[in-house]
Amino acid sequence: MRRRGGRSMRALRRVSEAAALAVALLGAAAASAGPPGRVVSINLCTDQLAMMLAAPGQLVSVSHIAADPRVSPLAEEAARLPLNHGQAEEVHALAPDLVLAGPWTSRYAVNLLRRLGVEVRELPVAERLADIPATVAQMGEWLGREAEAAALIEDFEAGLAALTPGPGSRPRAVLHYANNYTSGAGTLADEILALAGFTNIAAEEGLVGGGTLPMERIVMLAPDLVITGQRYPGASRAEAVLDHPAMEALRDRRAGGVSDADWVCGTPHVLRALARLVALHAEVR
Amino acid sequence: MRFALLLAGLALLVVALFAVSLMVGPAGIAPARALAALIRGEGLAETLVMREIRLPRALLAVMIGASLGLAGAAMQGYLRNPLAEPGLIGVSGSAALGAVLALQTGLAAAFALALPLAALAGAVVAVGLILLLAGRTGGSITLILAGIAVSAMAGALTSLVLNLSPNPFAASEIVFWMMGSLADRSMVHVWLALPFMVLGWVLLATLGRGLDALTLGEDAAETLGVSLARMRLALVGGTACVVGAGTAVAGAIGFVGLVVPHILRPVVGARPSRLLAASALGGAAMLLAADIAVRLVLPERDLKLGVLTALVGAPLFLHLIYRTRREGL
Repeated sequence: MRRRGGRSMRALRRVSEAAALAVALLGAAAASAGPPGRVVSINLCTDQLAMMLAAPGQLVSVSHIAADPRVSPLAEEAARLPLNHGQAEEVHALAPDLVLAGPWTSRYAVNLLRRLGVEVRELPVAERLADIPATVAQMGEWLGREAEAAALIEDFEAGLAALTPGPGSRPRAVLHYANNYTSGAGTLADEILALAGFTNIAAEEGLVGGGTLPMERIVMLAPDLVITGQRYPGASRAEAVLDHPAMEALRDRRAGGVSDADWVCGTPHVLRALARLVALHAEVR
Repeated sequence: MRFALLLAGLALLVVALFAVSLMVGPAGIAPARALAALIRGEGLAETLVMREIRLPRALLAVMIGASLGLAGAAMQGYLRNPLAEPGLIGVSGSAALGAVLALQTGLAAAFALALPLAALAGAVVAVGLILLLAGRTGGSITLILAGIAVSAMAGALTSLVLNLSPNPFAASEIVFWMMGSLADRSMVHVWLALPFMVLGWVLLATLGRGLDALTLGEDAAETLGVSLARMRLALVGGTACVVGAGTAVAGAIGFVGLVVPHILRPVVGARPSRLLAASALGGAAMLLAADIAVRLVLPERDLKLGVLTALVGAPLFLHLIYRTRREGL
């Protein structure tokens, strides 16, 4: 009895594997037939690029985060689209031909969608300014909108070339976010800071990638400029460090804000952050 | 005489740990310069670090540690149960719930005292519930079960409130409210907590004589002129004041009130009144040591204080339960 049960279970599994393979092959065949007709994005950064590039009606839904103006530069456009919360069931119900995700999207949701035979593509994060054109081109190719992508890349490169900091000293700046989070060497934020004419003290301190810099160290390093993001509603202890008397004393010297929305993703919108920093550089200098 | 020596020794330990706490930090300031900055304000950056970052941290460790030690000793004396502890029986958790509610509803931003007051209210509810459910007549098991129920409810509601918050950082702070931390607190927090703590310390200190009398049994205590009703009021009020104020600024830190009285009880003898003073100093020393350790072990990760106190406290707790069972209490 037990053995027979085991054998039938195995047979069942083999059948279901074959079915999954068939579904996957069908999906691949459908994808290769032409540009995807129904695209769902479940990641803030793919939301931005898809909204900029997709044909009218091609993008069926974006993540709910894309409608939050605090982190999304295209919040108004996003609010006109149906929003999703990145959960496999709701995304599957939208019957997408293509789901756009990022490398930090929930693994469970991505794997489950793939098991359900949905095509999921993950766009790598642009970690340098030089990666942004390639990211845009990749998105254009996936959506079958190569011409739009080429135009966007051209605009971006022209905008980048036009934004050059004035000559002069290199003021020392620090990025200070909730929980004392900051960006060190090798990050997009560090590269943009350097391009705007600042020295990033977190990178000077040897921090590579994103990480935290204790408040004591920030105070001791006496930066010329403290750059913060914006506040979020509701209270959090994480953000309390931004109001700490020691940081307030530092900011009395010089402080500036750059909206998180402008550079949280490596998209052409980072030019807005760069422009803001170039203006801050002119002030500090 | 021996008791005076013990108190002097403990006080000395607190002073020494306080000094070490002031010297430990990622800024790496040499002790001589740190002292000059702290006292005379020499050096702009050093003064900011010493006066605005390290001093409040060390002060809060002393204040909260003393509060937890004192509250633990008082509860154990009153309930005559070695397992009573503000963290374990849900008083700290309920205070955290009160604080989180004040923060998330915006009440704390509207007027500053709302934060400690809300935490205090949460603590009063929890102590009241525990006394109602487990009282002096309930055994250890009733006390612990009631504590588990109150802790679970407070923890769940705290998580719910933080998960519902529109703030993207709020949900990740569940661990802060349950484990506690003194990282990046400021003098604002010291001034916010101090008045409530002083009031609580005074209330709990008045319990000394009554607790001594209670060791003879309730009837004997009452013939000695001890009012049990008044004692209960002072215990509830005092514990709520000190635990509420501490939790409001540093989260719920467990096990200090369990470990410290347990270690000091054999040293002070069977006098609960003496245990109060000794536990206050012992608690301050334990929390200072734990806060120094979190900075030395994982300097940049904001390791939570409750992690360390639980590593010491939980095995002791198991030991106490084992002993309580063996003695058939």
